[in-house]
Amino acid sequence: MPMDSKVIRDALIEQIYNKMLGNDNIFFVSADFGAPALDKLREKFSDRFINVGIAEQNLINVSAGLALEGFDVYAYAIAPFLTMRAYEQIRTNLSIMSQVRPVNVNLIGVGAGLSYDVTGPTHHCLEDACIMRVLPNFVVFSPADYVTAESFIDYSLSVKKPKYIRLDGKAQPRIYNDNSRISMDVGFVELKEGSEVGIVSTGYMTHKALRVAEALAAHGVNTGVLDVFMLKPVNEVLLNESLKKYSHIVTMEESFLNKGSLDTIIADILRDNNSDKELTRFGFADRYVFDVGNREHLHKLNGLDEETIVTSIMKKRKKGSL
Amino acid sequence: MNSIEMIEYLKKKADWVKRETLKIHKIAPGIRLASSLSCIEILTALYYGRILNYDPKNIYAGERDRFIISKAHGSVSFYPILADLGYFDKKYLEMVGKPGSILGDIPDCSIPGYETVNGSLGHGLGVACGMALALKQKGRKEKVFVLSGDGELYEGSVWEAIMFAAHHNLNNLVLIIDNNKICMLDYCKNILNLEPIDAKFSVFNWKTTVVDGHNLEQLYPALLALKQDESNGPKVLIADTVKGKGVPRLETDSLCHIKALRAEEIDQLLGEK
Repeated sequence: MPMDSKVIRDALIEQIYNKMLGNDNIFFVSADFGAPALDKLREKFSDRFINVGIAEQNLINVSAGLALEGFDVYAYAIAPFLTMRAYEQIRTNLSIMSQVRPVNVNLIGVGAGLSYDVTGPTHHCLEDACIMRVLPNFVVFSPADYVTAESFIDYSLSVKKPKYIRLDGKAQPRIYNDNSRISMDVGFVELKEGSEVGIVSTGYMTHKALRVAEALAAHGVNTGVLDVFMLKPVNEVLLNESLKKYSHIVTMEESFLNKGSLDTIIADILRDNNSDKELTRFGFADRYVFDVGNREHLHKLNGLDEETIVTSIMKKRKKGSL
Repeated sequence: MNSIEMIEYLKKKADWVKRETLKIHKIAPGIRLASSLSCIEILTALYYGRILNYDPKNIYAGERDRFIISKAHGSVSFYPILADLGYFDKKYLEMVGKPGSILGDIPDCSIPGYETVNGSLGHGLGVACGMALALKQKGRKEKVFVLSGDGELYEGSVWEAIMFAAHHNLNNLVLIIDNNKICMLDYCKNILNLEPIDAKFSVFNWKTTVVDGHNLEQLYPALLALKQDESNGPKVLIADTVKGKGVPRLETDSLCHIKALRAEEIDQLLGEK
């Protein structure tokens, strides 16, 4: 593990701990899910750390009740169970409710995509970005590294709306040196400027996008990388501006394709702006992953390894003589 | 007002609420009439009996007792009470479900006086647990009351909240169960028997009280006692009620949940009063 790697949840919980030191108005509620960084928080703030047990429905409902009384709440669980076991509680008591009364509940889901690679399809989470983006009044945040996640802390406290924070489960190296380029209102950063292929990615796949861009550059293709960490709301105007210079747009994410996640966002922006740019989407097809193996092995089986991605982009370029 | 006068006053108010609910049903045949009739005395005692502290002019006042109607569909009888107390203009009672009204067939939190969203069942108690915990954390004295149906106890989320409330000693939380014994399709005892409800709550470390939910001589003092009870643990009041109370045709019909009365039936019922 490189020196500058961190498990994003621990970095974020550390920030929450620091805020709780000076702010009595924060509750941290968990559905019996932990983290090394959480142990300190549980001990220090035993009155404001609540473990509801393995009970995601009650996690949401109790968090909503605390928020209705004015507390800022972090609700913490494994991503697929947080979002899908309790989806109707999220819809009713956060999404619908927040249109009438402020409800500041920040859902922290750990294990986006294939973070929990060898644990199988119940623990994989390829739906969350799609289904959480459907909900009105919600913010959906998908950071690629701990620097981005840490930058969200002030926003999570000041914007009194329900939010879903989708975090990778494994330690990831940092991408950003500091938070100077990270703005929640913009929602993305053009990490690498190019002129031909523009890769748009989110979460874990931004790390891979940077490697793919290098490989394409070695093939003489001038490639840019845009890291989209705000999946809702999306600053469509600025994103469209940034995509204009590229002739071929590529999306990369650990989500199902064509169901409302990043690829859909980009396809809609291109269509709404009458763009005839080539669009290639990398993500998961309409089936679950039962295969056993580490993340890279599963990526290979699903056409998401670097080699396959680079080859298929090159093939498309030849075919379209771009 | 002494307690005998209070009971008489509440009886008159309950009778008025029943008539107004029937009038609403005439305008909006789609309302859940039978389950709105079974909780009239409960709602009347809580509001006209001033069990709850509330302020129609400041609906989210910190000093109010929180009241969540988890069986929102079966609480259209709360509309006339809210209008009468000044939560909104009485004109809306004549336009339930009509364009431009704030009152739909199923109430929600956009209506002044309703705390939360409860068209879907099994949500109220969990949200109430969060509120009760928050109030305790802030050292506040207000209480959280929840009205739920018995059929709602089928929802697993309710039992998650029942465990939570006892473990966290939410002694500022009172659950009232409108135990009208009928779901949508049948008597609960024929679907999945819920009894004994009080023993189930006892074993989950709740303090239980059982009353006749239509008898204000029992109901009012029981609610008053629960409001004043500072002892440990959450409390549940199981109010034995009759679904469709006051309408003979509904009282004996296992399918009364979805039954609507004809306009002339309603006129007849109102004329008899």
